[in-house]
Amino acid sequence: MNIRNYISIDFPSSSANEAFARAAAAAFAAQLDPTMEELGDIKTAVSEAVTNCIVHAYPSELGRIRLRLRILEEDTLDITVRDWGRGMADVKKAMEPLYTTGGEERSGMGFTIMQSFTDSLSVRSRPGKGTTVSMRRRIFRRSRGA
Amino acid sequence: MNLTTAYASGRLTIYLAGELDHHEARETMRSILELLDEYLPRECVLDLAGLRFMDSSGIALIVRAGRRMQELQGRMWIENPSAQARRVIACSGLERLFQVAVIGG
Repeated sequence: MNIRNYISIDFPSSSANEAFARAAAAAFAAQLDPTMEELGDIKTAVSEAVTNCIVHAYPSELGRIRLRLRILEEDTLDITVRDWGRGMADVKKAMEPLYTTGGEERSGMGFTIMQSFTDSLSVRSRPGKGTTVSMRRRIFRRSRGA
Repeated sequence: MNLTTAYASGRLTIYLAGELDHHEARETMRSILELLDEYLPRECVLDLAGLRFMDSSGIALIVRAGRRMQELQGRMWIENPSAQARRVIACSGLERLFQVAVIGG
Protein backbone atom coordinates (compact mmCIF):
# COMPACT_ATOMS: atom_id res chain seq x y z
CA MET A 1 0.00 0.00 0.00
CA ASN A 2 1.40 3.31 -1.09
CA ILE A 3 1.03 5.94 1.65
CA ARG A 4 1.54 9.33 0.08
CA ASN A 5 1.15 11.49 3.14
CA TYR A 6 -0.03 11.18 6.74
CA ILE A 7 -0.55 12.99 10.01
CA SER A 8 -1.23 11.74 13.51
CA ILE A 9 -2.52 13.94 16.29
CA ASP A 10 -3.08 13.02 19.94
CA PHE A 11 -5.37 15.17 22.04
CA PRO A 12 -7.34 14.89 25.30
CA SER A 13 -11.03 13.96 25.17
CA SER A 14 -12.26 17.44 25.95
CA SER A 15 -15.39 18.28 23.94
CA ALA A 16 -13.85 21.58 22.82
CA ASN A 17 -11.51 19.43 20.69
CA GLU A 18 -14.36 18.14 18.49
CA ALA A 19 -14.24 21.29 16.37
CA PHE A 20 -10.43 21.16 16.25
CA ALA A 21 -10.39 17.51 15.11
CA ARG A 22 -12.78 18.03 12.20
CA ALA A 23 -11.01 21.25 11.15
CA ALA A 24 -7.65 19.42 11.19
CA ALA A 25 -9.12 16.59 9.09
CA ALA A 26 -10.53 19.10 6.58
CA ALA A 27 -7.20 20.95 6.38
CA PHE A 28 -5.32 17.69 5.68
CA ALA A 29 -7.91 16.50 3.16
CA ALA A 30 -7.68 19.79 1.24
CA GLN A 31 -4.61 18.51 -0.70
CA LEU A 32 -6.93 16.03 -2.46
CA ASP A 33 -8.94 18.96 -3.83
CA PRO A 34 -12.29 17.73 -2.46
CA THR A 35 -15.65 19.29 -3.29
CA MET A 36 -17.54 21.15 -0.54
CA GLU A 37 -19.78 18.10 -0.20
CA GLU A 38 -16.84 15.70 0.19
CA LEU A 39 -15.24 18.03 2.74
CA GLY A 40 -18.53 18.26 4.67
CA ASP A 41 -18.81 14.47 4.72
CA ILE A 42 -15.24 14.08 6.05
CA LYS A 43 -15.80 16.68 8.77
CA THR A 44 -19.07 15.07 9.80
CA ALA A 45 -17.63 11.53 9.94
CA VAL A 46 -14.64 12.71 12.02
CA SER A 47 -16.90 14.70 14.33
CA GLU A 48 -19.07 11.63 14.99
CA ALA A 49 -16.09 9.34 15.65
CA VAL A 50 -14.38 11.80 18.01
CA THR A 51 -17.66 12.53 19.83
CA ASN A 52 -18.11 8.79 20.45
CA CYS A 53 -14.70 8.70 22.19
CA ILE A 54 -15.58 11.69 24.35
CA VAL A 55 -19.07 10.47 25.31
CA HIS A 56 -18.57 6.70 25.51
CA ALA A 57 -14.87 5.82 25.80
CA TYR A 58 -14.11 8.34 28.54
CA PRO A 59 -17.51 9.15 30.12
CA SER A 60 -16.15 10.47 33.39
CA GLU A 61 -12.49 11.23 32.79
CA LEU A 62 -10.23 12.85 30.21
CA GLY A 63 -8.39 10.30 28.10
CA ARG A 64 -6.26 10.23 25.00
CA ILE A 65 -7.71 10.25 21.49
CA ARG A 66 -5.59 9.70 18.39
CA LEU A 67 -6.68 10.99 15.00
CA ARG A 68 -4.63 9.61 12.13
CA LEU A 69 -5.17 10.60 8.53
CA ARG A 70 -3.43 9.01 5.57
CA ILE A 71 -3.62 9.45 1.84
CA LEU A 72 -3.49 6.06 0.18
CA GLU A 73 -2.59 5.56 -3.45
CA GLU A 74 -3.82 8.47 -5.52
CA ASP A 75 -7.06 9.54 -4.03
CA THR A 76 -8.20 7.69 -0.92
CA LEU A 77 -8.38 9.31 2.50
CA ASP A 78 -7.93 6.85 5.35
CA ILE A 79 -9.21 8.12 8.71
CA THR A 80 -8.52 6.32 11.99
CA VAL A 81 -9.87 7.48 15.34
CA ARG A 82 -8.53 5.53 18.27
CA ASP A 83 -9.03 5.64 22.03
CA TRP A 84 -7.82 3.62 25.00
CA GLY A 85 -11.06 3.92 26.94
CA ARG A 86 -13.88 1.64 28.03
CA GLY A 87 -14.47 -0.20 24.78
CA MET A 88 -17.62 -2.04 23.75
CA ALA A 89 -18.64 -5.66 24.29
CA ASP A 90 -21.16 -5.62 21.45
CA VAL A 91 -20.01 -3.53 18.47
CA LYS A 92 -22.86 -4.75 16.27
CA LYS A 93 -25.45 -3.52 18.75
CA ALA A 94 -23.71 -0.15 19.15
CA MET A 95 -23.81 0.35 15.39
CA GLU A 96 -27.58 -0.14 15.07
CA PRO A 97 -29.42 3.01 14.00
CA LEU A 98 -31.05 4.86 16.93
CA TYR A 99 -29.32 2.65 19.52
CA THR A 100 -27.60 4.76 22.14
CA THR A 101 -26.56 4.56 25.76
CA GLY A 102 -26.08 8.34 25.78
CA GLY A 103 -29.61 9.39 26.80
CA GLU A 104 -31.72 11.99 25.06
CA GLU A 105 -28.74 14.20 24.27
CA ARG A 106 -27.61 11.62 21.75
CA SER A 107 -29.49 10.53 18.64
CA GLY A 108 -27.97 7.07 18.17
CA MET A 109 -27.16 8.00 14.57
CA GLY A 110 -23.37 8.43 14.83
CA PHE A 111 -22.29 5.14 13.25
CA THR A 112 -25.06 5.36 10.64
CA ILE A 113 -23.73 8.77 9.57
CA MET A 114 -20.10 7.53 9.54
CA GLN A 115 -21.21 4.58 7.41
CA SER A 116 -23.13 6.58 4.85
CA PHE A 117 -20.62 9.43 4.60
CA THR A 118 -17.64 7.15 3.88
CA ASP A 119 -16.96 4.25 1.51
CA SER A 120 -15.96 1.82 4.24
CA LEU A 121 -16.13 1.68 8.01
CA SER A 122 -14.61 -0.83 10.38
CA VAL A 123 -14.83 -0.82 14.15
CA ARG A 124 -12.66 -2.87 16.49
CA SER A 125 -13.23 -2.73 20.22
CA ARG A 126 -12.32 -4.59 23.39
CA PRO A 127 -13.95 -3.86 26.74
CA GLY A 128 -11.48 -2.10 29.00
CA LYS A 129 -8.93 -1.70 26.19
CA GLY A 130 -10.40 0.81 23.78
CA THR A 131 -11.84 1.24 20.32
CA THR A 132 -10.45 1.86 16.85
CA VAL A 133 -12.68 3.24 14.12
CA SER A 134 -11.30 3.17 10.57
CA MET A 135 -12.96 4.88 7.66
CA ARG A 136 -12.00 5.30 4.02
CA ARG A 137 -13.30 7.82 1.57
CA ARG A 138 -12.30 8.11 -2.05
CA ILE A 139 -11.97 11.69 -3.26
CA PHE A 140 -12.56 12.04 -6.96
CA ARG A 141 -9.90 14.12 -8.65
CA ARG A 142 -11.73 16.66 -10.75
CA SER A 143 -8.64 18.37 -12.13
CA ARG A 144 -6.67 15.26 -13.01
CA GLY A 145 -5.74 15.11 -16.66
CA ALA A 146 -7.26 18.50 -17.28
CA MET B 1 -23.41 28.85 19.04
CA ASN B 2 -25.50 31.96 18.93
CA LEU B 3 -29.30 32.03 19.18
CA THR B 4 -31.56 34.89 18.17
CA THR B 5 -35.35 34.89 18.03
CA ALA B 6 -38.29 36.52 16.32
CA TYR B 7 -41.87 36.18 17.57
CA ALA B 8 -45.07 37.12 15.76
CA SER B 9 -48.67 35.87 16.12
CA GLY B 10 -47.94 32.59 17.84
CA ARG B 11 -44.87 31.67 15.81
CA LEU B 12 -41.44 31.64 17.39
CA THR B 13 -38.51 31.53 14.99
CA ILE B 14 -35.17 30.56 16.49
CA TYR B 15 -32.12 31.38 14.36
CA LEU B 16 -29.12 29.14 15.10
CA ALA B 17 -25.67 30.40 14.14
CA GLY B 18 -22.29 28.69 14.53
CA GLU B 19 -21.33 25.01 14.71
CA LEU B 20 -23.76 22.58 16.33
CA ASP B 21 -21.82 19.62 17.70
CA HIS B 22 -21.81 17.68 20.97
CA HIS B 23 -19.74 20.41 22.64
CA GLU B 24 -22.39 23.04 21.88
CA ALA B 25 -25.52 20.87 22.05
CA ARG B 26 -26.32 20.78 25.77
CA GLU B 27 -26.23 24.53 26.31
CA THR B 28 -28.12 25.15 23.04
CA MET B 29 -30.80 22.61 24.00
CA ARG B 30 -31.27 24.22 27.38
CA SER B 31 -31.64 27.65 25.80
CA ILE B 32 -34.18 26.39 23.24
CA LEU B 33 -36.29 24.61 25.89
CA GLU B 34 -36.25 27.79 27.98
CA LEU B 35 -37.40 29.84 24.98
CA LEU B 36 -40.25 27.38 24.28
CA ASP B 37 -41.38 27.54 27.91
CA GLU B 38 -41.16 31.32 27.91
CA TYR B 39 -43.08 31.95 24.65
CA LEU B 40 -45.31 28.81 24.62
CA PRO B 41 -45.61 29.24 20.84
CA ARG B 42 -48.15 27.44 18.63
CA GLU B 43 -45.50 27.12 15.97
CA CYS B 44 -41.74 26.94 16.27
CA VAL B 45 -39.31 27.33 13.37
CA LEU B 46 -35.67 26.32 13.80
CA ASP B 47 -33.87 28.37 11.15
CA LEU B 48 -30.51 26.74 10.38
CA ALA B 49 -29.28 29.25 7.79
CA GLY B 50 -26.48 30.45 10.10
CA LEU B 51 -25.18 26.96 10.95
CA ARG B 52 -21.74 26.33 9.46
CA PHE B 53 -21.73 22.73 10.68
CA MET B 54 -24.09 20.21 12.25
CA ASP B 55 -23.62 16.55 13.19
CA SER B 56 -25.87 13.97 14.89
CA SER B 57 -25.89 16.11 18.05
CA GLY B 58 -28.11 18.46 16.04
CA ILE B 59 -30.48 15.59 15.24
CA ALA B 60 -30.92 14.83 18.95
CA LEU B 61 -31.58 18.51 19.58
CA ILE B 62 -34.19 18.78 16.81
CA VAL B 63 -35.95 15.64 18.04
CA ARG B 64 -36.00 16.91 21.63
CA ALA B 65 -37.34 20.33 20.62
CA GLY B 66 -39.94 18.69 18.36
CA ARG B 67 -41.14 16.52 21.26
CA ARG B 68 -41.46 19.57 23.48
CA MET B 69 -43.54 21.32 20.82
CA GLN B 70 -45.77 18.23 20.63
CA GLU B 71 -46.24 18.38 24.40
CA LEU B 72 -47.24 22.02 23.95
CA GLN B 73 -49.67 20.88 21.24
CA GLY B 74 -47.80 22.95 18.70
CA ARG B 75 -45.88 22.28 15.51
CA MET B 76 -42.22 22.61 14.73
CA TRP B 77 -40.22 22.53 11.53
CA ILE B 78 -36.76 23.23 10.15
CA GLU B 79 -35.94 25.96 7.66
CA ASN B 80 -32.89 26.76 5.50
CA PRO B 81 -30.47 23.94 6.36
CA SER B 82 -27.10 24.10 4.57
CA ALA B 83 -26.22 21.33 2.14
CA GLN B 84 -24.11 19.70 4.89
CA ALA B 85 -26.92 19.85 7.48
CA ARG B 86 -29.38 18.57 4.88
CA ARG B 87 -27.22 15.48 4.27
CA VAL B 88 -27.07 14.74 8.02
CA ILE B 89 -30.84 15.23 8.33
CA ALA B 90 -31.53 12.98 5.32
CA CYS B 91 -29.21 10.28 6.65
CA SER B 92 -30.89 10.30 10.07
CA GLY B 93 -34.37 9.67 8.68
CA LEU B 94 -35.52 12.63 10.76
CA GLU B 95 -38.28 13.64 8.36
CA ARG B 96 -39.64 10.11 8.16
CA LEU B 97 -39.30 9.10 11.81
CA PHE B 98 -40.26 12.27 13.59
CA GLN B 99 -42.46 14.10 11.11
CA VAL B 100 -40.19 17.13 11.11
CA ALA B 101 -40.60 19.06 7.89
CA VAL B 102 -37.56 20.64 6.27
CA ILE B 103 -38.20 23.75 4.20
CA GLY B 104 -35.77 25.65 1.98
CA GLY B 105 -32.02 25.48 2.08
